[in-house]
Amino acid sequence: MSNPVYDFNEIIPIDSIGVKERVSRLNSRSIKKESKVAGLKLALSMIDHTTLEGKDSKGKVEQLCSKAKMPYSPMPDLPSVAAVCVYPSMIAIAKNALRGSSVKVASVATSFPSGMSKLSIKLEETRYAVEEGADEIDMVISRGEFLKGNFSYVFDEIAAVKEACGEAHLKVILETGELETLENVRKASDLAMHAGADFIKTSTGKVTPAATQPVTLVMLEAIRDFHSKTGRMIGMKPAGGIRKAKEALQYLVLVKETLGADWLTADYFRFGASSLTNDILLQIVKQKSGVYQSLNYFSND
Amino acid sequence: MSEKTGTNITKAANGSPKPSSPNSDLKNEFAAFLNYAPAPESSEHIEIKDRYQHFIDGDFTEPVKNRYFKSINPATEAVLSEFAEGTSEDVDAAVKAARKAYDKQWSVLSGKERGKYIFRIARMIQERSRELAITETMDGGKPIRESRDVDVPLAAAYFFYYAGWADKLKYAFPGKTPVPVGVCGQIIPWNFPLLMLSWKIAPALAAGNTVVLKPAETTPLTALKFAEICRDAGLPKGVVNIVTGAGQTGAALVDHPDVDKIAFTGSTEVGKIIQKSLAGTSKKYSLELGGKGPNIVYDDAPVDQAVEGVINAIFFNQGHVCCAGSRLLVQEGIAEKLIEKLKARMDSLIVGDPLDKNTDIGAINSKMQFEKIEKYIEIGKNEGAEFYQSSSELPSNGFFCKPTIFTGVSQSNRIVQEEIFGPVLTIQTFRTPQEAIEKANNTPYGLASGVWTDKGSKIFETGKSVRSGVMWSNTYNKFDPTSPFGGYKESGIGREGGLHGLYPYVNLGH
Repeated sequence: MSNPVYDFNEIIPIDSIGVKERVSRLNSRSIKKESKVAGLKLALSMIDHTTLEGKDSKGKVEQLCSKAKMPYSPMPDLPSVAAVCVYPSMIAIAKNALRGSSVKVASVATSFPSGMSKLSIKLEETRYAVEEGADEIDMVISRGEFLKGNFSYVFDEIAAVKEACGEAHLKVILETGELETLENVRKASDLAMHAGADFIKTSTGKVTPAATQPVTLVMLEAIRDFHSKTGRMIGMKPAGGIRKAKEALQYLVLVKETLGADWLTADYFRFGASSLTNDILLQIVKQKSGVYQSLNYFSND
Repeated sequence: MSEKTGTNITKAANGSPKPSSPNSDLKNEFAAFLNYAPAPESSEHIEIKDRYQHFIDGDFTEPVKNRYFKSINPATEAVLSEFAEGTSEDVDAAVKAARKAYDKQWSVLSGKERGKYIFRIARMIQERSRELAITETMDGGKPIRESRDVDVPLAAAYFFYYAGWADKLKYAFPGKTPVPVGVCGQIIPWNFPLLMLSWKIAPALAAGNTVVLKPAETTPLTALKFAEICRDAGLPKGVVNIVTGAGQTGAALVDHPDVDKIAFTGSTEVGKIIQKSLAGTSKKYSLELGGKGPNIVYDDAPVDQAVEGVINAIFFNQGHVCCAGSRLLVQEGIAEKLIEKLKARMDSLIVGDPLDKNTDIGAINSKMQFEKIEKYIEIGKNEGAEFYQSSSELPSNGFFCKPTIFTGVSQSNRIVQEEIFGPVLTIQTFRTPQEAIEKANNTPYGLASGVWTDKGSKIFETGKSVRSGVMWSNTYNKFDPTSPFGGYKESGIGREGGLHGLYPYVNLGH
């Protein structure tokens, strides 16, 4: 296959009403019985259990890791979540707490969440995170440069961070809430994928709106088109604002019907979320026992 | 630009090793999500009687000749119910009842009072929406998603809309004195049984007319349930009469000397017969007939949304839509890309049990229609067009047809010229807007069309030039009670919906 050439000036028209209509059509899918249980467990296994606060402590991160490994101890057969996502200074603690488990450590880097720093500092931070043991790096793009039309800057920055990642897996956060239009989302997605992203991710969670289904659909379509052009499978991570199990299932339907079953694994799809885990657990227990449990029975971490 | 190239699709395709997937051993457990578990709408609580009579003069009435037809569920081929075959005697009784109700009751009632009844009917359609949707799906084969989300809510909306006009008619026709026409004979098709009923009955009643309605012979049940609603709403006897039957019953209604107006929705072929038999009479008429809608996609269109729109335009209600976008005209530069995406999208359509909430495409309405579609698919193949059908699995019973497209067709092909009324799309390409418009207009029909482009001026330019009653831009198959609908050329005469939809039901004095 020849090298795919990316045209920085290409704008792919997107009709936002059509996108919303498609999303609402997909939301009307009725997921019942065994499909629902399978979907909930699948969603659980795709979570990047996240804490990204200035007040994060060793204790909090350790609790988070414990939950990540075994989300609900009365049901030890449930899958663990995919990863925990923390700030670079917490990587070593998380790594230690997760030793022996399959849960990955993801870290934000590149002056998260704003990305307002110079490239050498971002690369330094990335290398630091990798040295600390991060399996996955979540970087942010320079939205200011993107909106200015300085696309080659954004491209080169992603490519440089990818190089600094080495063996680690790179997720590129577009911060779609700041890009505003779906055309921008599509363009940023294409740009990030061509520059070497392993995953594209909607949001930092620090800007409203964070992940939305229309934005996710547009990114999934970008991934689909990139795959049909290059044969490469890129992952997708909506992050921020996804709190309910029902929404998680809706996202999975979006993935299944846009990209197909190959993407329905934690290798290619993640949820960046913190409170989603408990709602999924609540629903799983409800499917098994027939009644909703009090939230007091689920640990808050 | 440096670029790493993936040669095969593996976990490490991005050039760097990916962390191995956690939980990979659990993969099999997730398989149940990949095919949705059945989610059928329960029909247990729906009462469908073994036998339905005509609804004449406020009561269910035995047919004079005591003959009955069977109505089957096209998804299972099982008999659902029996309904009366209307003869000229039955039609006569219904017209007499309608005349009496018109003279004594309905035409002398104030607009405000008429409006109250119509509002009540609208509310009762909403109250019984679930029942009506399930009945519609069982009787006609359309997916429950559509009858639940489109047919029934829209039917209620048309009644609400026209209920509002009942006491405002003089504002609808400023400076004129609108008077009702009298007794209206209305014949509706099988593709949107309840919705077409509402398009006909709501404006007729609002304007002060009484009606005799004949539903199609494959889908009479929702009309008969509507008759129950009229009875339960306390609508004066004889204002709405439902006579069931096939073509002969319809002909008896058209030919009845005491009918003042005929409203017909159906095929162009039957429309022509009706027009002939009405020639020389004083009866008013409106006809809403066939179509072969061109759906024009320019190369600057939002392609993913256009693909979705093309799917919606032709596969909505199994393509049993007179305004379906059954001719896709796509600009050459994006044709290949669009067709590739279209095929992939077709493969994700779920064809099957219409009662399942996840079904996208239900059953073909009847055996006759099924055979007609099959015949056209054969014709298309023989005409040398390239043929593609989705990979969907079909149920073993019932009348089901896979979504089908024909590429490489030419304007002279029968599948391009003639209305198929099924999930069959023909795809032609064009190079310039002028060529697109020429091809779009090169048809005896002129009901509906679509245009897809990112450029507003192109939408208006195309809309001005394509001769069709409706043009949707960057969408398709959108309906609203306030919007008039109807055709040019052989697609019909008169408009339904909106203010325009009142015209056929009034005579304007000075």
